[in-house]
Amino acid sequence: MKIGLEIHCQLTSLKTKLFCGCSSDYRGKTPNTFVCPVCLGLPGSLPVLNEKAVELAVMVALALNCEVAPQTFFVRKNYFYPDMPKNFQISQYDVGGSIAIASGGWVGFLVGKTRKTVRLRRIHLEEDPGKLFYHGTIDTSPYTLVDYNRAGIALLEIVTEPELEAPAEARAFLQKLRSILEHLGVSDGGLEGAMRCDANISIEGGGRVEVKNISSFKDVERALTFEIVRQRDLLKKGVKIQTETRHWDDVRRTTLSLRVKEEEQDYRYFLEPDLTPVRISQEMVELLRSRMPELPDARKERFLKAYGLPEYDAEVLTSDRAMADFFEECAKLYDKPKAVANWLMGDVLQCLHSLEVDIDQAKLAPQYLAEMLKLMDRGDISIKIAKKVLWEVMKHGKSPSTVVREKDWWRITDLQTLEGYIAQVFKEYPKAVEDALVDEKTIHYLIGKTMEATGGKADPELTNALIRKKLSQMKKGS
Amino acid sequence: MEPYKLGAWEISQKIRNRELTARECIVSFLSRIDSLEPKVKAYVSVLREAVLKKAEKIDKKVKRGERVGMLAGVAVAVKDNICTKGVKTTCASKILENFVPPYDATVVERIEAEDGIVIGKTNMDEFAMGSSTETSYFGPTRNPWDLSRVPGGSSGGSAAAVSAQEAPLALGSDTGGSIRCPASFCGVVGLKPTYGLVSRYGLIAYANSLEQIGPLARGTYDCALLLSVIGGYDERDSTSVNRAPRDYTRSLGKDLRGLKVGVLRELIGLGTDEAVVKAVLECASKLEEMGALCQEISLPVLSYALPAYYLIAMSEASSNLARYDGVRYGYRTEVDLDWNQVFSKSRREGFGAEVKRRIILGTYALSAGYYDRFFLKSLKVATLIKRSFEKAFQQVDVLLAPTMPLLPFRLGEKIDNPLALYMCDVDTVPVNLAGLPAVSFPCGFHQGLPIGAQVIAPPFREDLALQVSFAYEQAAAFKGRTPTL
Ligand SMILES: [Zn+2]
Repeated sequence: MKIGLEIHCQLTSLKTKLFCGCSSDYRGKTPNTFVCPVCLGLPGSLPVLNEKAVELAVMVALALNCEVAPQTFFVRKNYFYPDMPKNFQISQYDVGGSIAIASGGWVGFLVGKTRKTVRLRRIHLEEDPGKLFYHGTIDTSPYTLVDYNRAGIALLEIVTEPELEAPAEARAFLQKLRSILEHLGVSDGGLEGAMRCDANISIEGGGRVEVKNISSFKDVERALTFEIVRQRDLLKKGVKIQTETRHWDDVRRTTLSLRVKEEEQDYRYFLEPDLTPVRISQEMVELLRSRMPELPDARKERFLKAYGLPEYDAEVLTSDRAMADFFEECAKLYDKPKAVANWLMGDVLQCLHSLEVDIDQAKLAPQYLAEMLKLMDRGDISIKIAKKVLWEVMKHGKSPSTVVREKDWWRITDLQTLEGYIAQVFKEYPKAVEDALVDEKTIHYLIGKTMEATGGKADPELTNALIRKKLSQMKKGS
Repeated sequence: MEPYKLGAWEISQKIRNRELTARECIVSFLSRIDSLEPKVKAYVSVLREAVLKKAEKIDKKVKRGERVGMLAGVAVAVKDNICTKGVKTTCASKILENFVPPYDATVVERIEAEDGIVIGKTNMDEFAMGSSTETSYFGPTRNPWDLSRVPGGSSGGSAAAVSAQEAPLALGSDTGGSIRCPASFCGVVGLKPTYGLVSRYGLIAYANSLEQIGPLARGTYDCALLLSVIGGYDERDSTSVNRAPRDYTRSLGKDLRGLKVGVLRELIGLGTDEAVVKAVLECASKLEEMGALCQEISLPVLSYALPAYYLIAMSEASSNLARYDGVRYGYRTEVDLDWNQVFSKSRREGFGAEVKRRIILGTYALSAGYYDRFFLKSLKVATLIKRSFEKAFQQVDVLLAPTMPLLPFRLGEKIDNPLALYMCDVDTVPVNLAGLPAVSFPCGFHQGLPIGAQVIAPPFREDLALQVSFAYEQAAAFKGRTPTL
């Protein structure tokens, strides 16, 4: 099986669009208000390149180990579609001596515990089309509305070689890519539609199928998994898989055929006559290289050395910029980095998944996690309670000490209270008490029951000691 | 004398010196327009109320003793493919019949900054595709020298308006000769600037890599004056070249002694009307009399210019004109269908036959499998032509050639034969492929019809071309002749 990806990522750190001065902060704005003659493609208007976009693209190219072209060109990609104001897209393509801004390159990432490298084919700049709104779904909507606020936003297209071998690999690669882009500060993948993806997949004996319109990384894995199942089913039935383009329907979570190979589009690329070649000097490249921020791989190395984390932990944490930032903030406040890492990669991640939020939008602040860990260290709460506290913090954004106080989850260390609970347990489980008197190993049952009775608040060691004491008193007494 | 008979520079001088008011001038042009337009049909629209208000504003400025611009009170006719804020800009096409741009082209801003007054929008071939102004959706413009003949194209309305004294100045656009051809047919001076000298911002594109906006006037001085106003760097056009602004009127009047003029053999060769050849050769000897040194120059590669030009122009046009789909502005079909059908139907109903022909041919030339054979090859031809001009300019200062290979033809004579019409551009297109400046000026008359010659100069040497045109004009026997209407 071979999977290749085309990632479209908006350069969200740019204030303006790629070829005009319109604000790029279009999300949530009234449709068709962030437009001008240029991005609306009005007759007579001309594009002027946003030079900052070239700088950002070069930085991405350097971060992804690409070769930066000394001179790059823009071309027109011609096709009719209502989301395109000019019915062509200003893009880059290797045609008639024109070359994209960068080629080659690679990204290394971890899939589970295995290291994998995927090579890149090229990176290029292009303008984002507008956005279409359907009433219901694409095939049943009685009309289509167009919002051109997004038209002209700077988009970076990153194309991989078809070297990924499973949907999970695709997802892991995208996660790493997003982390690199976020470390560079060029693109905020958390913004709706800022990173989108087309995937092509071919399985043994079948044609190449391209799946378009995948608007989140989570959906990449879903769409690919769906396609593999669909294609394998067809193969089992002896149906040949034809080369085609399919549309990912994220509502119904299926793919629909858009066109088969015979109808493959001819984009009639040619040099954009309204723009001039862009020279990228070696000095500019070196200057940008010197300004590069710390990238995930370097950060990982630092995590190994500075925090003594195992390689796996360091890789997982740095494959998400916000997660790595969180870790470092927290490690400043709490001096056992490994414990922080364990919690982040374990319970915190689980909570995030079920709440469906990213760590930077979560109600858990680094100081809260640090505080919770300190509460545990001081013996104020047990690990069991800590997990409950974490959930409360994540849901309501209150500090751990507030949660513990309000819920009265302090560890029970008061002897009298605890003895009361134990007496109750002994009364309820006489058989277990008898067993424990005979075989000391079965004492854990009683401890468990006591913990349960206190809602996990009982101090386990103290409980253990008190139960043993009570049992030996009973032995003596008998 | 009636103000409409004056040239642009004279008008602005008289207004500045309070010999005339801007209002008087504008009123004079408006009544001239009223009396001639039924015959000539140079304009698509005339801005009657707006121009009077602007004229009064300028008169107030003069009265108060404030500085007024170089074009103070001068009426300028603007080709209808150049955007004017709040004023319909149609490209003489049904598809843009009601398009009102929300912005001014840079050249229009510059004219208004010098107190020039846009008096109207002129007729043209639809989307500047043609050499006779007969493909206009609004009907053809007539040649003021003979109303049964075409004014040339595609800036036929601009040339006719200037020739018929319906405006002292006009703007045209030249993609493959669209300023020089009508200048030649209408007996006026028209200049196609070096590619990148004049901003294209606001010019509705036909073939972006070839075209420039340029001035038309009855005399070289006025032509140079308008070029001085519109020329120069514009950050809104990435292909505009960053050079210091120039006053092109200053080099006029220099004599021609020692100037080396190459007469282009290929362009006076086979297929050129004998009267045209005679007039251009006589022009050459007149220049020699004035001290210029003429020699014949041969550029064989020019024989490939015409097909290369059409392939490049049509290819770019097929992409440029894709945006007219009826969704955002312009004509939309009445029928309520899905978007794909609305696109097709709107375009089928909105574009004229010649425009469709060029879109289809251009689409074909850019298609996979044909790109290398047609489009890329044409670009290579353009490069060769550019180089051969560069070589020629190592031997001579300027080149001389006929503007058109024939005299103004009759309306309807060629319109059904597209190839014959394309052939008319054979002498003008090399300049566009090479990005060079060229001035077309009247060099004689035959049976009452004007003949134009063009002077081609090295890049950014508009001053040289204008210098030759001006010197010839001063000495010409027919100086000051105007059509009787
Ligand atoms: Zn804009």
